[in-house]
Amino acid sequence: MTDTLDRAPAPERGAARPGLAGRLLGHQLLWPVLAIIVMLVIDVIANPSFLDVRIQDGHLYGNVIDIARNSAPVMLVALGMTLVIATRGIDLSVGAVAAIAAAVACTRIVESADEGAASATILASTTALAVCVLLGVWNGFLVSVLGIQPIIATLVLMVAGRGLAMLITDGQITTPTNDTFSNLASGFVLGLPIAFLIALGMVALTAVLTRRTALGMLIEAVGINPDASRLAGVRARTITWTVYVFGAVCAGLAGLIIAANTNSVNANSLGLWIELDAILAVVIGGTALTGGRFSLAGTVVGALLIATLVRTIPSIGIPSEANYLFKAFVVILVCLLQSPRARAALRVRGRRGAQPKAVAA
Amino acid sequence: MTHTQEQVVTVRPEPSQQPVVEMRDISITFGTVSALDRVSMRLFPGEVHALMGENGAGKSTLIKALTGVYTIDAGTIVVGGEEHEFHTPAAAQAAGISTVYQEVNLVPNLTVAENMLLGREPRRFGAINVRAMNRRARQTLERLGLDVNPGSLLGDHPIAVQQLVAIARAVDVDARVVILDEPTSSLDADEVEKLFDVMRRLREHGVAIVFVSHFLDQIYEIADRMTILRNGRLVEERMVAETSQLELVRLMIGRELEVLERLDRDQRQAAVSSETPVLKAVGLSRKGSLEATDLTLYEGEVVGVAGLLGSGRTELARLLFGADTADHGELEVRSSRRRLRSPRHAIDRKMAFSSEDRKAEGVIGDLTVADNMLLALQASRGWLRPIPQATRARLVRDYIQALDIRPADPDALMRNLSGGNQQKVLLARWLITDPDVLILDEPTRGIDIGAKTQIQTLVADLAAKGMAVVFISAELEEVLRLSHRVVVMRDRRKIRELPNDDVSVSDVLEIIAGEARQTEEGTA
Repeated sequence: MTDTLDRAPAPERGAARPGLAGRLLGHQLLWPVLAIIVMLVIDVIANPSFLDVRIQDGHLYGNVIDIARNSAPVMLVALGMTLVIATRGIDLSVGAVAAIAAAVACTRIVESADEGAASATILASTTALAVCVLLGVWNGFLVSVLGIQPIIATLVLMVAGRGLAMLITDGQITTPTNDTFSNLASGFVLGLPIAFLIALGMVALTAVLTRRTALGMLIEAVGINPDASRLAGVRARTITWTVYVFGAVCAGLAGLIIAANTNSVNANSLGLWIELDAILAVVIGGTALTGGRFSLAGTVVGALLIATLVRTIPSIGIPSEANYLFKAFVVILVCLLQSPRARAALRVRGRRGAQPKAVAA
Repeated sequence: MTHTQEQVVTVRPEPSQQPVVEMRDISITFGTVSALDRVSMRLFPGEVHALMGENGAGKSTLIKALTGVYTIDAGTIVVGGEEHEFHTPAAAQAAGISTVYQEVNLVPNLTVAENMLLGREPRRFGAINVRAMNRRARQTLERLGLDVNPGSLLGDHPIAVQQLVAIARAVDVDARVVILDEPTSSLDADEVEKLFDVMRRLREHGVAIVFVSHFLDQIYEIADRMTILRNGRLVEERMVAETSQLELVRLMIGRELEVLERLDRDQRQAAVSSETPVLKAVGLSRKGSLEATDLTLYEGEVVGVAGLLGSGRTELARLLFGADTADHGELEVRSSRRRLRSPRHAIDRKMAFSSEDRKAEGVIGDLTVADNMLLALQASRGWLRPIPQATRARLVRDYIQALDIRPADPDALMRNLSGGNQQKVLLARWLITDPDVLILDEPTRGIDIGAKTQIQTLVADLAAKGMAVVFISAELEEVLRLSHRVVVMRDRRKIRELPNDDVSVSDVLEIIAGEARQTEEGTA
């Protein structure tokens, strides 16, 4: 599976093959992984028992498990976003789609005859995801058929979607009481949080769908050079359309998990700004916003980095007011370290500093 | 003849008169490729100077050297008696050299006056003085005989007017040299006349105009002097009035290969004369790109399309393949008459098309050689049926070997390959789909001579095996060497179709120029 996950970002194959150390240093995921490790180290310094995992009622508990569980929504949204971005697109509506999915699921559960039954959850979730398919079809239609710029096309649903979610919940905070539903977020299977397993399962499914079939290659071809792909007979329109549908379904799943976590849905705030976290996770993972080669493994690491960051902020005593600032700081740092241009500039600066000033003449 | 009369009116630059710009022995290399090799050009005040040459001759490189976009490797540029070296377009503009590009690079949502004076707006108390700005713009426009409201939005005007405004902007900065790079390619006849009016006025004011156009008639109507380039080298500087169209075309295309040509002809296999038409186009046309054209292709033949740039040769290829959709006409592929709405339809009917624009419409730079090769086949199989690993490896290995692709590494990234090798990978992409009809638009442009010969040989072999090939190239020698039948195009239509028995380059040039003479006589 690692091979399937880890095809992109493309190292310059065919060029001189560097040694193990060289390859490790040049690897796109080096800096995000290091950043996660550094944050965990800081956490341990601040709180020596941070990494402790204990077993309670056959379930694993601890900060690390929390990080894994909390990363699930962003990971899911980022997963869909990865494919959308690979086709040179972007989907700003995912937060609103998550809210709609949650709104549909929660109101269906509340309205069902037996509110606590497992069947109510299954039916409600299926309905919610079906609605997401429709929403994805809408986005895909605007982008691939009408040719509207993705950022504008999805902006429509980003704004209108919140309104739709409000309509569905009548503007109320809807609180379903259903154990099956809340297990989506807080349940455990084989000692691991269900939410995390759902996210990993989707990642695995996507990896197989894109890398064991030709889909991944065709998506990349469309993202790198749409004109050439069309002339080679690739159904670029269908592919673009499909990734938006997939993105919406992923966002819907994320919405269900978020709602299950609090057993409630607030159409105004559920999944708010999650599109930005997802885009961030994708970019940190090494998939360029210009489209083309994508890395699912990178997206997983990106989502874990964001979840670790969110957990680290309170644990090292940063006041909650500085929350966003700190987040921005870490993100900029990682992105700079990843950027070849910034690294080259740093190297040049270092070398110049070492030289005598006479060079200027 | 209209143009000789104009010569009388125009002040002919006397030998004693100083050229406003003199470029001497300019050389520019990109990596190992020499784009310009000791090219010289002189521009005199008050003349329209045509820069002539086929694609890749070095016209735009020379222009970019003059306007500071490229830095020259060797040679000197003298402007107004002073030696200059321009490193930025701004520096060239400050020296009085302005460029108007084919795509107008002005701001559509500003007014005409704002565009003309962008960055140099007359100010009063720090704010822009709109009234003064409009007045100044109106004066300049009137000087050029243009009836355009300076207060109107630029984007509301047709592209022709926008171009004229761009010229007006150049005039307003007191340009001594105005460069017009293919300004007429998207204009209709009336608009061209208007442009020429403006150019004549500029000429009267002593401005030197560099004019690039692929329309020979326009050159003969407006230009006084011309510099002809070929393959990055200077061929000759000529007075337009003293050069016949036939001579000009010959100078542009060159004919040093006539001996080779005869040799090749003997080697060429006789046409696998087959009576089965593979593809039949009747009255295929598209507004603005091709007038109604008929073409029939038979199994096992190479049909060469000859014509200068802008003659409609590429447009014909795109319509045949469904890359553009035709407005009118019928296309019958293997007696199926369904309309080709997309390349996909054409591929399903066993057609293949390699675009002239390798980079924009062929290469997927960030994918591997193997992925690039298999793209068309994979696309027609659909994503659910990936090509089995073993088949994949075999196909890629076979074609790398057969076409001698280097590096012979299926995992090399496409963008790291040289142009010739990229072209071979693209050919392999189509050959893997086993097409009946192969349309090649400039398959040998910009690639080295070795790869060129390999591709030519391959085309001959493919036809011998029964494939129908449409071969388009700016190099007439190449077209004549390979094809069994030649279609000659000019001014967006087919003007002649003839079997290629002993047709020589000069015959084709006669046909192209002869047609010009006829139309000229018709209009005179």
